[in-house]
Amino acid sequence: MASKPRIKVPKSASAGEVITIKTLISHEMESGQRKDKDGNPIPRQIINKFTCTFEGQMVFECDLDPAVSANPYFEFNAKVPSSGTFKFTWLDDDGSVYEAEAPIEVK
Amino acid sequence: MKRLLIAGVVLAATFAGAGPVLADPVDDTLEIDGTPIITRTAAPEGHPFDELYSGWLFRESETRDLSRDSFENPGMIAVEDGEALWNTVMGTEGKSCATCHEDAAVSMKGVGAKFPKWDADSQKPINVELQINKCLTEQMGAEALPFNKGGQQELTAYIKHQSLGLPVEMDLSQGDMQSWWEKGKDVYYTRTGQLNLACASCHETAMGKMIRADHLSQGQVNGFPTYRLKSGLTSLHQRFRGCIRDTRAEQPKAFSDDLMALETYVTWRGTGLSVETPSVRQ
Repeated sequence: MASKPRIKVPKSASAGEVITIKTLISHEMESGQRKDKDGNPIPRQIINKFTCTFEGQMVFECDLDPAVSANPYFEFNAKVPSSGTFKFTWLDDDGSVYEAEAPIEVK
Repeated sequence: MKRLLIAGVVLAATFAGAGPVLADPVDDTLEIDGTPIITRTAAPEGHPFDELYSGWLFRESETRDLSRDSFENPGMIAVEDGEALWNTVMGTEGKSCATCHEDAAVSMKGVGAKFPKWDADSQKPINVELQINKCLTEQMGAEALPFNKGGQQELTAYIKHQSLGLPVEMDLSQGDMQSWWEKGKDVYYTRTGQLNLACASCHETAMGKMIRADHLSQGQVNGFPTYRLKSGLTSLHQRFRGCIRDTRAEQPKAFSDDLMALETYVTWRGTGLSVETPSVRQ
């Protein structure tokens, strides 16, 4: 259903710098409102939650609802105190969890 | 205010450049995620232009920025879909593309920049789409993909994307490529349709002028399959057919002899420009 998520985090930053993080995951985001050719409702299947943590600490968290378009894209800022790894998770209605991570080095 | 300032800078840059014609290609350089892209280059011998320009130079700054960052480029979603297909087993032989070709980043690097090639079996030029079909039917025991269906564009975009930044170079000495090149040249310069236009009418004679709100480029094909803002991922033969339709002529079929000859000739016209697949265009 969903392909490998794409993430963009700078490779390095200075301590306390505010960086921009971008993420994108390919997903149908089937809203549950549509019907197929025979008039039967197509069951809802969306990504319902997105989180980003840095070394176990929550950075960004977001609930997604059926009105969100396909291929949800997030862009947000974060301040990095030290070198570490950003971890990203996307939760699917069917219980799948898509994960990705990106390290950053603080100089 | 910012827009005004940018407009001022562009104006200043244009006037400082080659000529004070507002519709000249912009003076800008393209780098996609650190890969330098050749958007201007000297034309090969026998070419009607002195310098070749990628269509990227003819687009608005917002559209150009979408090309710059592979993250922002909407065409990259198709490339990812193509990657999934690359690893999908198709046909009765139980093979995927990856079974034989393994990692496309290695095996397909530079491959897309050299198509169309001569195909000795069919005695015709072959492009990436038809090469995929050839593999599907001859090696994988699968059905050939119909034009623009079954992930043909996505797989083509994925394969060509592996050559991002490498210059287009065709070998016209293979087989009868030279005669197909001549035939494609005829197609390029033949006026067709109720509007009586040839490819050359817009993309050579009127290159750089405005056709209503659109800035006419040289009609280079180095970025195909391209992501068009109005129609999404667009294959080369779909674009050819669209252009021909707009001249109100009969549209040749995709992969027909006429369009394969045209692809051969038009690809040659972009010799030396970088592969930009998937480029972002109007």
